[in-house]
Amino acid sequence: MVIHVTDITVRQLNVHFDKAHALKDVSMRIEEKKITAIIGPSGCGKSTFIRCINRMNDIIPSAKVTGDVLVDGTNIYDAKVDVTDVRKKIGMVFQKPNPFPKSIFENIAYAPRIHGTKRKEDLSLIVERSLRRAALWDEVKDRMNKSAYDLSGGQQQRLCIARTLAIEPEIILFDEPCSALDPIATAKIEDLLIDLKKDYTVVIVTHNMQQAARVADRTAFFYLGELIEYGSTRDLFEKPEKDLTEQYITGRMG
Amino acid sequence: MNRKLKQSIYFGLFRVSGWAVVAAIAVLIGYLLFYGIGAINWEFLTQAPRVGMSKGGIFPQLLGTIYLMALVLIISIPIGILSAVYLVEYQKNKFMKGVWRVVVHNLAGVPSVVYGLLGLGLFVLLLDMGASLIAAGLTLSILVLPIIIASTREALIAIPPSLREASIALGATKWQTVRHHILPYAMPGILTGVILSLSRAAGETAPIILVGAAYYMPGLPDSLFSAFQALPYHIYALATQTRVALTGQSLYGSALVLLMLVVGMNLVAIMLRNKYRKKYRW
Ligand SMILES: Nc1ncnc2c1ncn2[C@@H]1O[C@H](COP(=O)(O)OP(=O)(O)OP(=O)(O)O)[C@@H](O)[C@H]1O
Ligand SMILES: [Mg+2]
Repeated sequence: MVIHVTDITVRQLNVHFDKAHALKDVSMRIEEKKITAIIGPSGCGKSTFIRCINRMNDIIPSAKVTGDVLVDGTNIYDAKVDVTDVRKKIGMVFQKPNPFPKSIFENIAYAPRIHGTKRKEDLSLIVERSLRRAALWDEVKDRMNKSAYDLSGGQQQRLCIARTLAIEPEIILFDEPCSALDPIATAKIEDLLIDLKKDYTVVIVTHNMQQAARVADRTAFFYLGELIEYGSTRDLFEKPEKDLTEQYITGRMG
Repeated sequence: MNRKLKQSIYFGLFRVSGWAVVAAIAVLIGYLLFYGIGAINWEFLTQAPRVGMSKGGIFPQLLGTIYLMALVLIISIPIGILSAVYLVEYQKNKFMKGVWRVVVHNLAGVPSVVYGLLGLGLFVLLLDMGASLIAAGLTLSILVLPIIIASTREALIAIPPSLREASIALGATKWQTVRHHILPYAMPGILTGVILSLSRAAGETAPIILVGAAYYMPGLPDSLFSAFQALPYHIYALATQTRVALTGQSLYGSALVLLMLVVGMNLVAIMLRNKYRKKYRW
């Protein structure tokens, strides 16, 4: 049996946008099958950081990334690595739900189809499995051919999670997945996150410290592009080592 | 002056302007219908003109115009759409994007007779195509390229970046993203440009006179390299005859046919556009 190690080791990661230095010498290890939360004030580089892990920053022309991100022992920035393989292995869910303007079925079938699954029966199986896993199946099973835009915001976000699950990733990155949702929809996503960590390594950016405290095993605090403190969620919130961290979690930061 | 009065004066102005446009179009179409409808029958559409163009039909001219539209469709639409896609989706250099945009914008404003001169110099003389269908097709294709590029560009940049990100983040290549998402979602806007272009190609007169349209010729064009006749120039020919009284009905008939061709195409475009709008909305 092949044992996959899907922890992520980040070494000396730097990101520049033209002249702005958005991420400064970040090194950290993200553990396998745990939820790791990234917190910090707006503009501190949280999104920039997780977008390095699936190389989404590649599509921003002005972004220059240096340093290593090792997944499964390989540096995903190595010239030999195919970036589409990286993104297939590392899924991403965005801040604002962004379903395709197509049917619910097509939203989920798209990725498996472009990755080689052609038979309709196989696709249907993948679609059903992904929707069930994202706790959305019961709500949509009777309207698979309806537009994804007819779903509520929370349902759309779970659809986006199901869409990501359909590529069978090992790691899933969430960039503030609940910031556009109401508390009930948020609670559903949080339950789902906790369920997903049984099988996936999860990294979540959040503005909401209660959310980090509720779902994350480990939490990293970023400030002005630097990783200030990183440790178990409980330690970070109960006995932070750095003054900056304490100021931020107690709400005393400007 | 009190606000209510001011409001009704301005609304009145808006209303008058709106109706003036409608009235102008109605008068134009009514006029053409009144004088031209009598000319249109099966013979008119399928026969060549006879007796100094005063009798017979407009078949060679209609066919010539349809050929031109087909050439423009084949040549400029793929090139226009692909270059707009390149410009928006693939060109990363902001400066180059800006240069492109300025060039395209300015090309759209160049008077059509200048394109005619370009076609005459480049296709007819330099490339030795002679006064021909192909030279006219190429000239009109260059003339409409800026229209297609500009409208395709508008349609592409209206698509939210978050949809591109969604596809890329699933491990799709850029081409898969363009092919399965960007192009289908942009289709209504692209079709608008296509139709505008075809209407232009059908109606332009000055450039085709310079590169291959004949005032009158017997027979039909037998290859891409022969001269041809086209409706707009035919209308000009009929209107400038000394004895317009004799050609009058043909004249209005021809104009009406040209108008119906263009209006018909616009209707098809609107139908296609609505179909795509219903399928993909965001
Ligand atoms: N495409 C870009 N071009 C230029 N600068 C950028 C770009 N994206 C981010 N930045 C800059 O990088 C820094 C970090 O931005 P980032 O989006 O990672 O912050 P964030 O922590 O996710 O903030 P938020 O909580 O508001 O989402 C900011 O100063 C931002 O202005
Ligand atoms: Mg962010």
